[in-house]
Amino acid sequence: MNRSLASRHTASWIGGTVTALCALIGAAILILILGYVAIAGGRAINPAFLTQLPVPVGEPGGGVANGIVGTLITVAIATLLALPIGLLCALFLALFGRGWFPEAVRFLSDVLSGIPSIAIGLFAYTLLVAPVRHFSALSASVAFAILMLPIILRTSEEAIRSVPRSIREGALALGLSEFATTMRIVVPAARPAITTGLLLAIARVTGETAPLLFTAFGSQFWELNPAQPMAQLPLQVFTYAISPYESWHAQAWAGALLLIAAVFILNVLARLVLTPRTQR
Amino acid sequence: MNATAPPPMRVEDLNAFYGSREAVAGVTMSFAANAVTAVMGPSGCGKTTLLRCLNRIHEIAPGAYAHGKVMLGDQDVYDSDISVVELRRRVGMVFQRANPFPTLSILGNVTAGLSRSLSAAERMNVAEHALRGAALWDEVRDKLHKPATALSGGQQQRLCIARALAVEPEVLLMDEPTSSLDPISTLSIEELMTSLTDRYAIVVVTHNMQQAARVSKYSAFMLADETGIGRLIEMGETSRIFTKPVDSRTEDYITGRFG
Repeated sequence: MNRSLASRHTASWIGGTVTALCALIGAAILILILGYVAIAGGRAINPAFLTQLPVPVGEPGGGVANGIVGTLITVAIATLLALPIGLLCALFLALFGRGWFPEAVRFLSDVLSGIPSIAIGLFAYTLLVAPVRHFSALSASVAFAILMLPIILRTSEEAIRSVPRSIREGALALGLSEFATTMRIVVPAARPAITTGLLLAIARVTGETAPLLFTAFGSQFWELNPAQPMAQLPLQVFTYAISPYESWHAQAWAGALLLIAAVFILNVLARLVLTPRTQR
Repeated sequence: MNATAPPPMRVEDLNAFYGSREAVAGVTMSFAANAVTAVMGPSGCGKTTLLRCLNRIHEIAPGAYAHGKVMLGDQDVYDSDISVVELRRRVGMVFQRANPFPTLSILGNVTAGLSRSLSAAERMNVAEHALRGAALWDEVRDKLHKPATALSGGQQQRLCIARALAVEPEVLLMDEPTSSLDPISTLSIEELMTSLTDRYAIVVVTHNMQQAARVSKYSAFMLADETGIGRLIEMGETSRIFTKPVDSRTEDYITGRFG
């Protein structure tokens, strides 16, 4: 290879330009989507949209308050289900991570994170809806929890593992037991990264729609009982979007905007948690 | 100070391994009460591994193990019925890099090794005593509830010493405690080591001969043989080791011909 300096410079310039353009396209697509949703959805967002129940077609106004609350309830229950299991499982993997069993758990968790959410929804339907012949928000929470579990598990394990070995050794050298070292020193040091993983897991399921179709099912009414079918924001977006009515389309965009905002905020929070605190 | 006091810690034919790799072989030595014993030698001579066998922190690395005797008083710390937790309370350790617990305050760090049944007043009492012992009290008395990570490197290392002192060990192990510190902090830690000998037996690993000469009463020199296994070459009073080494390899090291 004995190319001239000029041709190397040219090749470098072309490479730099092409990669920069691709990066620009990637960012532009996201900005385009966000911008379009913000404009289309922004028109329909108003206090009534956030605080009122849906109204029948033809009536003006109405909102998705029941869907917002329903999504919050469903995700909250899913978090309560997934967090303790995921955290304890991560502790197990981080502390006793060698051998065939932990490896199998990791592998299965990776597989689980790749399973389409509709399949998880179908599973929850078969397990919790079909036998009782009754849709319920709880079955949606179970589906969500299954989706969250691998994320919580792997990010928490990584968080616990990434606590420097010197910190663990320091605690053991003080005569703290393995258990005390883990619970009092290692896990607290890993807490910001664990919280980040949890927030990302919540963000992952907040906008999920497919598993809701045959679990929470949706509702036109205020429904706060998790054993009943419950309104869900993503379902409302879906229903409104495929309807033939112009006013509902606007509401679908507004709902989508709310979902994106929620996911955006969760992601920002996840980053903020990771930045070191100076006060404590 | 009683010259005939039995050595609080004694090693007999200790062999340490990382998996199939032998890192230390056939080491026999004793550590005197109320004195600093320096273990020196070039990198890879097994001096840190030896130190880590004394409180059995060596074996927490995957595949690491050791056999031989490490006597603490009249107890072999490698006996199967000994409690490792109890052992580590009696044999404290300070590491090469200060490793304060990042989520705990200064006070929380000093009292981390204490029983949780102690009252707040008792903890404060122990903490003050330990921080004074580590010559850190005056610098931190007004910010005990600040995060430990806000301290300077030298202060963090003295905090780690205070943390080890708080559980009142009999022996204090120090693994190159000043290697990441500036000269002023190094000096304060060395002065501290000297003052701590009125209560503790101190074993310090160092690759710094000047440090060994400055702080220790006894010195041991270790060297890896041609197969990479660390062995004790000679041990004795520091003044003798530095002026009349018996082994030519010690002399080569002391005079800076290798290492």
